[in-house]
Parts: sequence; structure tokens; C-alpha cells
Amino acid sequence: MERIYMDYGASTPVDKEVIEEMMPYFDKFYGNPSSIHSFGREAFDAVEESRKKVADIICANEDEMVFTSGGTESDNLAIKGIAFRNKEKRGSKGTHIITSAIEHPGVLATCKYMEQIGFNVKYLPVDKHGLIDIKELEAAISKDTFLITIMFANNEIGTIEPMDKIGKIAKEHGIIFHTDAVQAVGKVPVDVNKLNIDLLALSSHKIYGPKGVGALYVRNGVKLQTIAHGGGHEKGLRSSTYNTPGVVGLGKACELGRTRLKEDMAHLKNLRDMLIKDALKIEESYLNGHPEKRLVNNAHFRFTAIEGESLNLMLDEKGIAAATGSACSSKKLQASHVLLAIGLKPEEAHGSLRLTLGRMNTKEDVEYVAEVLPEIVQNLRNMSPLWNR
Amino acid sequence: MSDMYTEKVKDHFFNPRNVGEIKDADGVGTVGNPTCGDVMTIYIKVKDEIIIDIKFKTFGCAAAVATSSILTEMAKGKMLDEALEIKRDDVANELGGLPAIKLHCSNLAADALREAINDYRKKNKR
Repeated sequence: MERIYMDYGASTPVDKEVIEEMMPYFDKFYGNPSSIHSFGREAFDAVEESRKKVADIICANEDEMVFTSGGTESDNLAIKGIAFRNKEKRGSKGTHIITSAIEHPGVLATCKYMEQIGFNVKYLPVDKHGLIDIKELEAAISKDTFLITIMFANNEIGTIEPMDKIGKIAKEHGIIFHTDAVQAVGKVPVDVNKLNIDLLALSSHKIYGPKGVGALYVRNGVKLQTIAHGGGHEKGLRSSTYNTPGVVGLGKACELGRTRLKEDMAHLKNLRDMLIKDALKIEESYLNGHPEKRLVNNAHFRFTAIEGESLNLMLDEKGIAAATGSACSSKKLQASHVLLAIGLKPEEAHGSLRLTLGRMNTKEDVEYVAEVLPEIVQNLRNMSPLWNR
Repeated sequence: MSDMYTEKVKDHFFNPRNVGEIKDADGVGTVGNPTCGDVMTIYIKVKDEIIIDIKFKTFGCAAAVATSSILTEMAKGKMLDEALEIKRDDVANELGGLPAIKLHCSNLAADALREAINDYRKKNKR
């Protein structure tokens, strides 16, 4: 059976060009970039070249990029790094963080931890489309607020938050602005200077790079406390021997992502709009997230009276890889915090389906999904005591 | 490929037995809550204290569907008193096991059947 991958929001295949670029750094240029000899120096040069490529995709300078193991580590370093540093500097002041209710766990769980150790966190609510309210953000700011951390684009429903407005407000108030841009990079033009972003987390495996590597942008002048003590790599911010092949892969993935951005966006938007149009022909089907301010590759639906795990398994049986925010598919048996935050009832959240498109998807893929999906939804509804039409 | 569900669970999920309603059912039992993500309804037809027909409708995950399906097979043809003896472990065992986190689904299926039998008995009190 032919398989169709529509879960690019979870991970992406590594681009062949990226693999090629990485290969020599496993067995040919294997030196430790921190070493003084020629083996070390050639690896060092590759790391620094990659740093430039990663900086370029968000319009930053190369000396503002810190390599990490991925989006979650970048979020942890950003939030804890600024909080710990700040607390040291400002004593009891600087205890207040503002975030949103729909953050990725990399931010959300870190904020919960910050609360446990004595910081105060405001979780801004979102509207039915998943957007924060700028007025509420401004109202939440107090003299103790030192950090605003709001995601660039939501990983479940694809809603793109008003980065420009948030950045402006943060700047006016002298507050550090961090954003988890893991889903946005490569799908939205990102310019940290125009948007007044101080800290930005990005990940390699969402943009056709290898897993286990990412980066944190740290604006020049913003000081962080390290959370990984050791040999003092990355200007002391993140000790750990360089993952040279990974870093090289991330660099190449960013270069490709930047040069292909326009083309990628047009391709994805085209397929996404087709998919949304077709899926919404199904009776009592709804689009979650914002109709326009959404990632070009994200289509997120809910279908009355059916449950997401069942739906996903039925799709999987037909070769289609998707995702859901249903409780039954989560380890905690709780409906997605994002879907509840946009005002869905738990039973509505259970019937959700996330399809995230990628470079390799074709029109035929979308047509196949559009053909199979209505039948599966109908089968599950025929089985459902909540469907009495 | 590793899988959280046994072959038997998948078989009953993809090819559920006895799906549907019985319009003139002698007993109907519904348990669960849409908020929690599981609702099951069991319909039974009874003759001489024997379950001669049984059908189900389920809103829920694969484990919920599979437990409902296998329960209907286990209960069909049984005396009501025997059917009341079906416990959640029996349902899970019959399926070759369920992931720990999904065990409550098997509870639900057994409860729905008990509700249906109680409903029948209530209606048929003399």
C-alpha cells in the first residue's frame, strides 16, 4: 500500500542535500571543533559556517546563535536563562513572566516549573481562533514583568500570533521577548529585528534537517545564565561537545529553507487550501484555528460525534499519517490544552484531526485524503451513539 | 512494527461485530461521558433469560470500540446471570490484553452490559 505522510508538524524527512552535506562530518572531518589541531579546525570552520546559515533564516547575526539539542532545550535555556540571570541582577524584582495558554510543552512546562520555584506566570487566554489579545497582554504587564514568551505559530492549530505587535509592546516596556518559532521557521518569513524578538527557539527536524539539534537566537546584549555547566562551549551558554554533523545539517536545512521559502509557501498554501475545502464538505466538520492567520501547511479539523484516535487509526490503515488532539491518544488521557483554550468542549476536542503538509506532498496526496476521509468519518459516525442523524 | 494494540484488538476495531441498534430492544444500557471521550450503548434482546441478540454503539478510541465488539460476542447466547458475571478482566483477557492506560475501556463495556440487563429486569418486573 502506498503511504502518505501528512504529519510534517511532528517531523520531516531529512533533505537529501542535507544528508550529503552532513556525511563527511561523521568520518572525514570528525575532529572536536574545540581542538587546536587541523582536524579540530576544519570541524570548527564547518560549525561557524553553519551558524551563519542558521542566523540568515531569521535575519540575525551569526554571533547571536547558540546551538542546542532542539526546540525544547532552546525554550528551557531562554526562559530559565533569562529568569535566573535576571533574579541575580534585580533581587526580588523581575519575578513575573507572561505567556499564553496554548504554548508548546517546551514553554508551558518550563513556565509551570518557574511557578514552582517562586516566579509568577500569567497565562494569557486566546480567542476562538487561538489568537492572544494585545490589550490583555498590555494589561498583564506589571513592574515585575521581565519576560514575555509567546509562540510564533501554534503547533496544533497553526494560528500565527501577532509577533510584530507583541515585539513592539515588549520593547516599549523594556521587557525581553522570547518566542518558540519551531513551527514557523521555514513557513513564515522571520526577521528578529523587524519583529523586536530578543530570544527565538528553532528546531532542525521540522525543516528537513536531522533530529536532535536546534538553536536559540540570543539578541546581542541580552544576557542569560547557562543551564548546562561544563566546558564553556557557545560562549559559556551551552556546554557540550559540538554535534558537528547535526549542526552542519541544521545549517544546510536553514539555507534551503531560506532560499526555497517563497516556493515552499506557495506549494503548501495551495495544497492546504485544497485540503480544507474538501474536508469541510463533510457534514458537521469544522476548521480549528484561524481562517487566514495560519501556517501554510496546517489543516486542523474537528468532526462531530467521532473520536480522534479511532479516526487516526482508520486513516493509518489507509496509509495516511495524521495526528489528533484527542485525550485518548495522549498519555494523560486529557484533551489538548490548545483545543480547550480556544473554547472547544472536551467532546469536540476529542474529534480533532491535524494534517500538516510538507514539501514532498502532492496534489494527488490531497485528492486521496479527500476521497478516503468522508467514508471513514461516516463509518465512525455509524458506530457512534452521539450521531443520530 | 511495534504496536500498542494486539492483533485481536485491531481486528475488532477494524471489523467490529454487532454494531448498530436494536429498535425493539428489551434492554438498553448507556455508560460513559462524552467529556471523557467514551460513550457506549448496548442493546439486548432477551428470550427465556437468554441474550438472543445484542448490538452496540460506541464513541471512543480503538480500545473502546474493540471492547464493545468483543463483549457482544462474549455475551450473546448467555443466560442473563452468566452475562452479569463478565468482568472487565475477562474482556481485556479475551482481547489478548489492553495497554494499561486503556483498561478503563473494558470496564465501561462490562458496565454497559450490566446496565442493559438491569434495564431489562426493571421493565419486566411482575
